[in-house]
Amino acid sequence: MKVALFIPCYVDQFYPNVGIATLELLEKLGVEVDFPLDQTCCGQPMANSGCETDGIGAANLFVENFKDYDYIVGPTGSCVLHVRDHFNKIQQTEEVKKVRAKTYELCEFLVDVLKVEHIEAEFPHKVGLHLSCHGLRGMRLGQSSEIVGQDFSKMRGLLEKVKGIELIELDRKDECCGFGGTFAVTEEAVSVKMGKDRVADHVRHGAEVLTGGDMSCLMHLGGIISRKDQPLKVMHIAEILNGATL
Amino acid sequence: MDHPSAAAIFNKDEARTEWHDKALWYVRSKRDLSAKSIPEWEQLRQIASAIKAHALSNLDNYLVEFEENAKKNGITVHWAQDGKEHNEIVHSILKAKEVKKLVKSKSMLTEECHLNPYLEEKGIEVIDTDLGERIVQLSKEPPSHIVMPAIHKKKEDIGQLFHEKLGTEAGASDPQYLAEAARQHLRQNFLTADASLTGVNFAIAETGGVVVCTNEGNADLGVSLAPIHIASMGIEKLIPKAAHLGVFLRLLARSATGQPITSFSSHFHGPKPGSEMHIIIVDNGRTEQLGRDDFRKSLNCIRCGACMNTCPVYRRSGGHSYGYTVPGPIGSILSPGKDLKKYSSLPFASTLCGSCSDVCPVKIDIHTQLYKWRQIIAKEHELPWSKRQAMKVAGYMFSHPNMYRTAGKAGRAMLKVTPKTLVNGPWNVWGKSRDLPPPPKESFRDWYLKNRVKK
Ligand code: SF4
Repeated sequence: MKVALFIPCYVDQFYPNVGIATLELLEKLGVEVDFPLDQTCCGQPMANSGCETDGIGAANLFVENFKDYDYIVGPTGSCVLHVRDHFNKIQQTEEVKKVRAKTYELCEFLVDVLKVEHIEAEFPHKVGLHLSCHGLRGMRLGQSSEIVGQDFSKMRGLLEKVKGIELIELDRKDECCGFGGTFAVTEEAVSVKMGKDRVADHVRHGAEVLTGGDMSCLMHLGGIISRKDQPLKVMHIAEILNGATL
Repeated sequence: MDHPSAAAIFNKDEARTEWHDKALWYVRSKRDLSAKSIPEWEQLRQIASAIKAHALSNLDNYLVEFEENAKKNGITVHWAQDGKEHNEIVHSILKAKEVKKLVKSKSMLTEECHLNPYLEEKGIEVIDTDLGERIVQLSKEPPSHIVMPAIHKKKEDIGQLFHEKLGTEAGASDPQYLAEAARQHLRQNFLTADASLTGVNFAIAETGGVVVCTNEGNADLGVSLAPIHIASMGIEKLIPKAAHLGVFLRLLARSATGQPITSFSSHFHGPKPGSEMHIIIVDNGRTEQLGRDDFRKSLNCIRCGACMNTCPVYRRSGGHSYGYTVPGPIGSILSPGKDLKKYSSLPFASTLCGSCSDVCPVKIDIHTQLYKWRQIIAKEHELPWSKRQAMKVAGYMFSHPNMYRTAGKAGRAMLKVTPKTLVNGPWNVWGKSRDLPPPPKESFRDWYLKNRVKK
């Protein structure tokens, strides 16, 4: 199985630790992982701003970088969703179709492809899980609270395998954090208020760590936490699953 | 004013924003409980969506069938191309009978057509009889929500308004007391009105009748007492058969407020003896929307308001911030079809979280349509210039790995040497209330080259 690691541009630049944790975690699970060196960005920021056509170059480059792998795995729901849903704007060659179908979010890959039963990690802390919208409602990594049906969450399921972890319950289990790409800047007031409200929910329920599958949401929430000196830390789920300590 | 500016003003009073958010979240929570009491909920949504798709793609036939059957029931049917024609028809009906006072039950369509100011100018008094509608009418505001028009007002605000307009005691804000005052006030108007106008929730092709859902019974009271009943409906209100009503009535109230059904589901199938009944079928841009493949499904909407209650942006910016008759997510996909330039900020008033699409009882893919409107807005040059240029540059950079790496390195280096106070200057909107992550010493790629690539 040839697996390529997809590290979103902002993770590459600002959160190398998340990339390292993802890589080490996959390696621990026996996967041989390659990191194609010419990767940049999936093109989502342009597309969500209405400039889909400006993202076409990035999309083509993405396919070029990843076309020879069986799976492409990235620690992000948002960018993976973009590859799957919005790469329909470039010509649908066999390569493009394959890349779209074989690009996985990390937790989804662990659950659905590797069928991981056991996680070698201990994290004796109170943890709040932020379910990012693109992973939840876009990729259906869990059941959203609006839909009537059996509740499930692939991320929660994995975290529950971590020794000593205590997952807290939130008042609003899957409300958006307010990041939303350029929304965070163009709608600054609402974006910040949404973020503050999410952080408050985690603080109210005693979370020591706020985790999630998308560093973009966590960057926004972490920015608010840091500015207001709130008593909790932000960590990507890959770091916890990889056995990080506080 | 565009959405971000109006939303920023709304957010200046943080306590009030929180109150607004919680009031609507409470309604959303009631909806959840109510929906979850029905195991076949998702199936119902599916069926409702399919009925609507069928009705919309056969609208030409169903409209004719409806007209025929309505006429057989003794109803006069009118067709209006746009809001102006709708208003003129209403006026001509009222003028013929020298109507001085019209009582109205809730109708978003007449809001859309701006009927009230039009009639008032012609010397006809219009009284909105839905409590929330009456409140916003008295305070000379548009509704801020399609189901709860005065949800943006606190009970103290209403107490003050009623004190000024209806003579209630100064400082009184007890909801029961205020509701009773409104009841007495409205009763007087019901008794003295010469005509009544209602909206339409569902029009049934098979029977030629219409159904109006209210919680206050004000539609029935208005229609029963006045000698003329005008029902205004958009062409998309049509459903083929009476049997389909069950699907929609089960979904509507549960989605709207969490009630199993509205207190009144009033069926009007003809004039009562000695009176007239008119139905005005209005297009006002709907056929155009029907012709847009990507946006047709927005006409499924049954105006339950659930997408507003669930929308984290709506809850924190208020209905007036949208500046369109129908606010919130559904308004943001309907309004650009009316005036792309004027409403170009609305499809961006969303994080594309998708909650609206999941909550919608008729399965409108709202957030996907928001995304698609964004593409059209950018193509039609309605994006701010700076944003458009930034995206072009980003697009170029991300197609060139070397350039991306150089820019990333330079950016991180800059951040490292720039003092925080400077980083968070007024030019950095991100930094107004949020810190940036501390820049790491190397990118992941740099680390990978050092630690994994065999030399
Ligand atoms: S779009 Fe859907 S959720 Fe929103 S008001 Fe219409 S029917 Fe209700």
